[in-house]
Amino acid sequence: MAETQTLRQWLLTDTPSSRRHAKLSALYQGWLSFRANTMAMIGLWILVVLVLVAIAAPLIAPHDPFVQSLGDRLAPLGTEGHVLGTDSLGRDILSRLIYGARITLYIVALVALIAPVAGLLVGTVAGYVGGWTDTVLMRITDIFLAFPRLVLALAFVAALGAGIENAVLAISLTAWPPYARIARAETLTIRTSDYISAIKLQGAGPLRIITKHIWPLCISSLIVRVTLDMAGIILAAAGLGFLGLGAQPPSPEWGAMISEGRRFILDHWWVATMPGLAIFTVSLAFNLLGDGLRDVLDPKAGE
Amino acid sequence: MMGALLDVENLWVKFPSRNGVFDAVRGVSFTLGRERLGIVGESGSGKSMTGRAILRLIRPPGIVEADQISLDGVDLIKLLEKDMRAVRGQRISMVMQDPKFSLNPVTTIGNQIIEAYRLHNNASKAQAYQKSLEMLEAVSIRNPERVMRAYPHEMSGGMGQRIMIAMMLIPNPEILIADEPTSALDVSVQRQVLDIMDKLVKERGMGLIFISHDLNLVADFCDRVLIMYAGRIVEVCDADKLHEAQHPYTRGLLNSLPRLDMPRERLEVLQRDPEWSVAPSVSARL
Amino acid sequence: MALVEDNNKGRPSRAPFSEWFWPAVSTALKTLGSIAVTLVGLLFVTFIIGRVMPIDPVLAIVGERASQSTYDAVYDQLGLDKPLIVQFLYYLWDVLHLDFGTSLLNARPVSEDIARVFPATLELATLGIIFGVVLGVPLGVLAAVRKGSWIDQVARVVALVGYSMPIFWLGLMGLLIFYGILGWVGGPGRVGIFYVDVVPSVTGLILVDAALDGNWDVFKNAFSHIILPASLLGYFSLAYISRMTRSFMLEQLSAEYITTARVKGMSEWNVVWKHAFKNIRVQLITVIALSYANLLEGSVLTEIIFSWPGIGSYITTALLSADMNAVLGGTVVVGLIFILLNIFSDLLYKVFDPRAK
Repeated sequence: MAETQTLRQWLLTDTPSSRRHAKLSALYQGWLSFRANTMAMIGLWILVVLVLVAIAAPLIAPHDPFVQSLGDRLAPLGTEGHVLGTDSLGRDILSRLIYGARITLYIVALVALIAPVAGLLVGTVAGYVGGWTDTVLMRITDIFLAFPRLVLALAFVAALGAGIENAVLAISLTAWPPYARIARAETLTIRTSDYISAIKLQGAGPLRIITKHIWPLCISSLIVRVTLDMAGIILAAAGLGFLGLGAQPPSPEWGAMISEGRRFILDHWWVATMPGLAIFTVSLAFNLLGDGLRDVLDPKAGE
Repeated sequence: MMGALLDVENLWVKFPSRNGVFDAVRGVSFTLGRERLGIVGESGSGKSMTGRAILRLIRPPGIVEADQISLDGVDLIKLLEKDMRAVRGQRISMVMQDPKFSLNPVTTIGNQIIEAYRLHNNASKAQAYQKSLEMLEAVSIRNPERVMRAYPHEMSGGMGQRIMIAMMLIPNPEILIADEPTSALDVSVQRQVLDIMDKLVKERGMGLIFISHDLNLVADFCDRVLIMYAGRIVEVCDADKLHEAQHPYTRGLLNSLPRLDMPRERLEVLQRDPEWSVAPSVSARL
Repeated sequence: MALVEDNNKGRPSRAPFSEWFWPAVSTALKTLGSIAVTLVGLLFVTFIIGRVMPIDPVLAIVGERASQSTYDAVYDQLGLDKPLIVQFLYYLWDVLHLDFGTSLLNARPVSEDIARVFPATLELATLGIIFGVVLGVPLGVLAAVRKGSWIDQVARVVALVGYSMPIFWLGLMGLLIFYGILGWVGGPGRVGIFYVDVVPSVTGLILVDAALDGNWDVFKNAFSHIILPASLLGYFSLAYISRMTRSFMLEQLSAEYITTARVKGMSEWNVVWKHAFKNIRVQLITVIALSYANLLEGSVLTEIIFSWPGIGSYITTALLSADMNAVLGGTVVVGLIFILLNIFSDLLYKVFDPRAK
């Protein structure tokens, strides 16, 4: 054995020396195959840039996104000081897009936390406990699946009142059922496996089995699904914003910006066009990333 | 063994991959007369690929190359795809491993057989139906009218494979390639299927290429045996002289099998020599 | 002994009446039961939404200046003094009679309003799904057959863009380019202002009504208005349908029975359509039904953009004016259609797949 092996060799070993070693090695090999996927890497880079932009918004935005300047209203693209022009109140569109990135990420992050966790809970409990619990929980899941998601979200927002947090809640409420289904299916296959029986024989209780042995195994398929759903979440949030039910003005939420620009679409097309391009780019990036992740984490499901 | 039906010379099957070209079959040559020719090898030895390459069933990106694959003097490798279709089914046919997968699950068995017949014969539906019934009877299926109406999932494995044989023989081909035709079946029906196949092949004076991993079965069932290893033919021998085989791989295979007439304490583990996979392919052309 | 095989394993395709009739009845009852449960659940959700709504339904009826006694009378009349479960049963009873209450905006029964606006959505979504299926299915099949070729790449890009594009934004861009700049299509609305109510409404589908009336001017005008929103919806269903078709086809094309078909000497065209495609029909029907349901939903945003007087516009308008009965009524109707489409695709599944029997 060569003592002077590089980190790379250590990671690519066929004979891992510990569990952590094996885990890191698997991660690294996953990363290598992910990296070979150009489109997925493009998606990843777009998202990295987006996160950086959102963090550094005050530093890089040329203007305050809320400051109105009626004298400069509806300035076209490439205007001095307003690269992407201004909206109907003279606010700099580029600056609003930059700050809007924060809202988009905020919504996506919250939904991506709430919905899969809720789905995981429901799904694993239903799958593990079985019997009536399973029937009831899955019935509820089916009921939510029976609703058209956007319409249900609309009704929820109507009940809860407009606003970002309520939009997040409404989208999460409509987004969890598929995760519950996935988690349940995984649980059902894991539950009957021999090593779970072995753990049971060692005296592990259901709580321990679910949290320590079933959840970790459901994670990878959930991650893939969440990434692929991110684009949908962004589009739903933008849709609610567009309908005036998400983020409220003067918040620079991209969907709401399109809604504002809609009135001028024929004469001042850029006002509505730019935020739409931003939404498109980001959800495209999530789709590319999700495709790439699926190929690495869950090769069966791909093509 | 005069008048070879099929003459294969220097057949290669290549699959380009990220790490260069993978050669699945490397320069295989053999002839087939009106005989039962066995091809034996372990999985990955290229035996199935050889069978499929003859019918030009290797899909791109896979590549088939050969000096010739001659059927009655016609070189299949040079045929247009359109003309190749007239060869498939009508002159050379193939039975695959598992009828569970090789029959179309959403089409009735009757329609699948009728289709096989009508593709090469200008027959009316009624004629084709009658012909199919006869063919099902020929493979010892009782109550063929009922089977014609049934779907593949309603059949047992043995019946499925007999249906498959019926379907593949109905256009009356000259050559049948049987690719592990009994490996997916229950041991109890394997022999029955083999006997039916054997009977039909003999009656019709066909050539049979029997591909299998089971050396005993091939030795028992075939006239001549090719032993393949790593895409090459390492040895050719007459089935009844298999025990006199020279090549260490063949010997190793034979010695790793238990034999009733020669019980042994321990079976040998096959020792592989890297030399085998670089030695040129042995020709089995007569 | 070893050679004996039971030839009776192949079941006859038609069993005696008693053997299939009762199981069929029991399956049907089970299906109906599960539909009923889903339906009640759906209504319960909308009921709860209605209850937590920050709008006082009594005030909405009696107005701000009503006396306490009037308020109480209406309160009792609406059944709000009863326990929640009784209120829910009342609600269930009403909905079963297609009574969604009256709209607070125009004081008309919500069910009448929905019946009036629904054909507009139906027309739009149906035309959309026709685009989606007619273009999406062949595109998906071709992409699978020629995997990795340029057409596969095109299909991939088409789908990726479809999955990533906000539908309302693409609608705006469409209006801007094809209506604003090029002037190729009619603008927002179902017909131009001079053609409103020209043909008698028989089906509520304006293209059909115009054709029935033989008024081709109206037909042409209506077509120029519907073409853009319908192709927009069609594009989104195309993205989904082509992607799913491709992956179903890839799965089938690698199946061994495809090799069998080739061994028979069948042409590649027939291998693809007669064998592989026949096997994906069932899955495809489910996808198309799902896609159609999604179109009804996608039409919410599209209808806003194109001022299309359908159910999406209706719900949104009601929402913005806090007309709760209208919102819930609309939601229930769309939810119902979702459920019906699911049942429909399940039924077709049982008809087309011999293994499902």
